[in-house]
Amino acid sequence: MTALELAQQLQAKFPGLICEPLEFRGEITLKVSEAERVPEICALGKAELGFDYLVDITSVDNYGDDPRFTIVYHLYGYGHLCHLRLKTEVTEEKGEMPTVTGVWRTADWHEREIYDMMGIRFRGHPDLRRILMWEGYPHFPLRKDFPLAGKPTDVPETAFTNAAPLEGGPFVTIAGGKDTIAREPRVRLPETNAPEAEAHDRSHGLGPAETKK
Amino acid sequence: MAEAGDIEFRDTAARLTEAAPPAEDAGDLAGDKMVLNVGPSHPATHGVLRIVLELDGEIITGAKPEIGYLHRGDEKIAENFTYTQFIPYTDRLDYLAPLANNVAYALAVEKLLGIDGQLPPRCQFIRVICCELARISSHLLGVGCYAMDCGALTVFLHTFTEREKIYNLCESLTGARFTTAYTRIGGLSRDLPPGWVEQCRKFLHEVVVNIDETETFLTRNRIFVDRTQGVGVIPRDVAIDYGLTGPNLRGSGVEHDLRKAHPYLVYDQLKFEVPVGTTGDCYDRYLVRMEEMRQSVQIVHQCLDQLPGGPINVPDGKIVLPPKDRVLTRMEELIHHFINVTQGVNAPPGEIYFGHENPKGELGFYINSKGGGTPHRLKIRSPSFVNLSILSWLLPGQMLSDVVAILGSFDFVMGECDR
Repeated sequence: MTALELAQQLQAKFPGLICEPLEFRGEITLKVSEAERVPEICALGKAELGFDYLVDITSVDNYGDDPRFTIVYHLYGYGHLCHLRLKTEVTEEKGEMPTVTGVWRTADWHEREIYDMMGIRFRGHPDLRRILMWEGYPHFPLRKDFPLAGKPTDVPETAFTNAAPLEGGPFVTIAGGKDTIAREPRVRLPETNAPEAEAHDRSHGLGPAETKK
Repeated sequence: MAEAGDIEFRDTAARLTEAAPPAEDAGDLAGDKMVLNVGPSHPATHGVLRIVLELDGEIITGAKPEIGYLHRGDEKIAENFTYTQFIPYTDRLDYLAPLANNVAYALAVEKLLGIDGQLPPRCQFIRVICCELARISSHLLGVGCYAMDCGALTVFLHTFTEREKIYNLCESLTGARFTTAYTRIGGLSRDLPPGWVEQCRKFLHEVVVNIDETETFLTRNRIFVDRTQGVGVIPRDVAIDYGLTGPNLRGSGVEHDLRKAHPYLVYDQLKFEVPVGTTGDCYDRYLVRMEEMRQSVQIVHQCLDQLPGGPINVPDGKIVLPPKDRVLTRMEELIHHFINVTQGVNAPPGEIYFGHENPKGELGFYINSKGGGTPHRLKIRSPSFVNLSILSWLLPGQMLSDVVAILGSFDFVMGECDR
């Protein structure tokens, strides 16, 4: 059985909910239109289609787009050795979706990490705490509007952070940049980080230290 | 001398009920539970792992692992770097097997670029050699430290003697002993230096002797067997449910190895066995590592025998840096060099996941590209992170003194756990 056949079987069980399988570099991706139904789909995938191993859960921040967040599930079955990717989207206003910890216990830490890094809450998670950062840390560092240099924080008697002293930097590139200016590593202001027009202005003169003054 | 089979199998669940009678029987006599903080700086945690244990006498009733003390934001950094710039950061994931991380990352980016089928044979063989040397190095440390955790200091010194030789090989191969950054997108940073093959063969002959000696220290050692057999048993279905990978999964009897299940590089041309355990206890995980080292030695021998000549890089100036003498004399190479260094390789939009059989388990890279030289999102699925998540299930019911034995048997690295 191939991953494509499994994907089509899964799609047939939930008509209208799962888009046509997309293939890229030999991997099959299924897009689930309703995040609320993901646990149900996963439970069926595990019970009937043999996806007994949840490889990973990831979140992607499509900053500027709506819905803002994509949650990516990587499924694998030890019986058929097929890999399948499930994707679903979560809006910034909602920022919440149901947990799949009831399907695979390994989802526990993956979901905690997504909550910690991206700020998406998983309803029904047994212990949704920060995992890499500390309790009380106010930001979600993997969001695109969080600067690479960091932000100052202070949680008394626990930990504090300062923005990293980067001499004129950080020198960063922009994914999928339209022109050379965006694609090259250049100084970009931590607060904005994205707009290409501003990057263009700054490339002809002032470093961020001078711009701030 | 007792055979391993003679030693009594201790069922942890039974032990728990024996040692801790139900609370209602004990009534007021039951003492308060004690909270014990292990780590983050503790010799047995092999890094900065903290576990908050709840104890009833010597029996653990609750365990909360706390991670993140080594979090450096590698995934955030990756989003702001070109693909090539991120290679040195992969050294610092599983820093006991940097060569394997380099190869895993390069293969992931090459899969995104669609050039994984075009890698020259010599490059593929050298990469396999790198992966397997990294596996031997990582397991030597894993076993050595594990023995030390269980009270046998000699083994540690013994295996480290061999690791030193691997570091020497790394040094002559990559120029660095520890942070190798050896691969490039579409190839390698340099070819094998003269005499390296002979040096490597000499090492392989020596390490086999060392592995055999290590076995005589441990495998039938009454103290070691007592501390590990029947301790930290993970049944097969629980191991899968918690997503364990690598020797920890195979110790529980699941015969799964990405080198066999989805052969990459030239693993389909090489002969090797995948060792699996039967009970899933600490002792099985140790045995699996010992046998994997022997298999790795065989793999490297085969690679050295079959090592073909030819180029080590993909012949594409848009992916690999052109040779320096041509950059300085030719226009086209100069342009390629400039574009490659400033903008990076031009990856197509799309998303891929590549799982690599690292010494610790499945190291996966999920790359979400919107085109250009930088990933939009790069997620590192690190084996240690996932392997450690089982602790809160596994530790309750165990004795306090077994915590060290169980942690050691997992052979985790906080560098890749926290990223």
